[in-house]
Amino acid sequence: MSANAPKRFELEIPIAHDRELEATKIAEQVAEEMQFGPDCVAEIKLALIEGIINAFEHSGSAMQKVLVEFAIHDEELEVVVQDFGQGFDASSKPAAARPLQKRGYGRRLMESLMDEVKYFTSPQGTRLVMKKRRPKRA
Amino acid sequence: MSEVFKVTSRQAGKFIVIAVEGYINNLAGEKVLDEFNRRTAEGYRHFVLNLEKTQLVNSIGVSILIEMIEKTQEFNGSLAFCSLLPIIAKTFKIMGLTQYARVYETEAEAIAG
Ligand SMILES: Nc1ncnc2c1ncn2[C@@H]1O[C@H](COP(=O)(O)OP(=O)(O)O)[C@@H](O)[C@H]1O
Ligand SMILES: [Mg+2]
Repeated sequence: MSANAPKRFELEIPIAHDRELEATKIAEQVAEEMQFGPDCVAEIKLALIEGIINAFEHSGSAMQKVLVEFAIHDEELEVVVQDFGQGFDASSKPAAARPLQKRGYGRRLMESLMDEVKYFTSPQGTRLVMKKRRPKRA
Repeated sequence: MSEVFKVTSRQAGKFIVIAVEGYINNLAGEKVLDEFNRRTAEGYRHFVLNLEKTQLVNSIGVSILIEMIEKTQEFNGSLAFCSLLPIIAKTFKIMGLTQYARVYETEAEAIAG
């Protein structure tokens, strides 16, 4: 690990239909700049969408916005979704799926698509931190 | 801010091929379901969903596709998918769809059964 300070940026997404796409546009630019291949870029975008729609749908936030942060580290891309809702018990994960079960896959998707997924949650809000390792340079 | 989203359908033998263009979220998923329902009302039972022009499907969009699979099971029909990007194939696998619906590389293979 070199000691380069990570490049960070942040954007505010209003809680409204389709607005998660504003964040995925930025994610795409950042991930491409970090030389992630197209399939990895799509994985990062979907994980981010799932994080944001959970904040939209479940946070119960009175504040009509969520924050999305990107941090470019030497070895990985860090993507954060912060909401200002009531928090939840992140240790109890949705149970294993029943046949043709419809909901309860968002967290499983994020965990499959990213290398690391962590929740920091309190009655003041939830901070979801996801990481994807940068592809090895040839 | 909305992306372009389009659903069209055409008949190919016993199949109705529903072609989707754009990101499938909850509202877009409902539009696909509307087209599916319209065609089942016409009496069609076998469907192919062509996702060649879809870049992403979120988990709520997939839940609506699962509802369509359930409906085809109720009337002994079928729903198959074709032309999936790797990310969509992966999403379907994680969400267990591939156990209940066939996935084909091309539309031609899907309607050949
Ligand atoms: N940001 C959040 N704030 C509050 N609760 C959340 C948040 N994210 C996830 N959850 C909780 O975790 C559950 C599982 O989320 P997920 O796996 O995406 O499935 P789904 O969204 O289909 O319910 C949600 O139903 C909700 O109870
Ligand atoms: Mg969810």
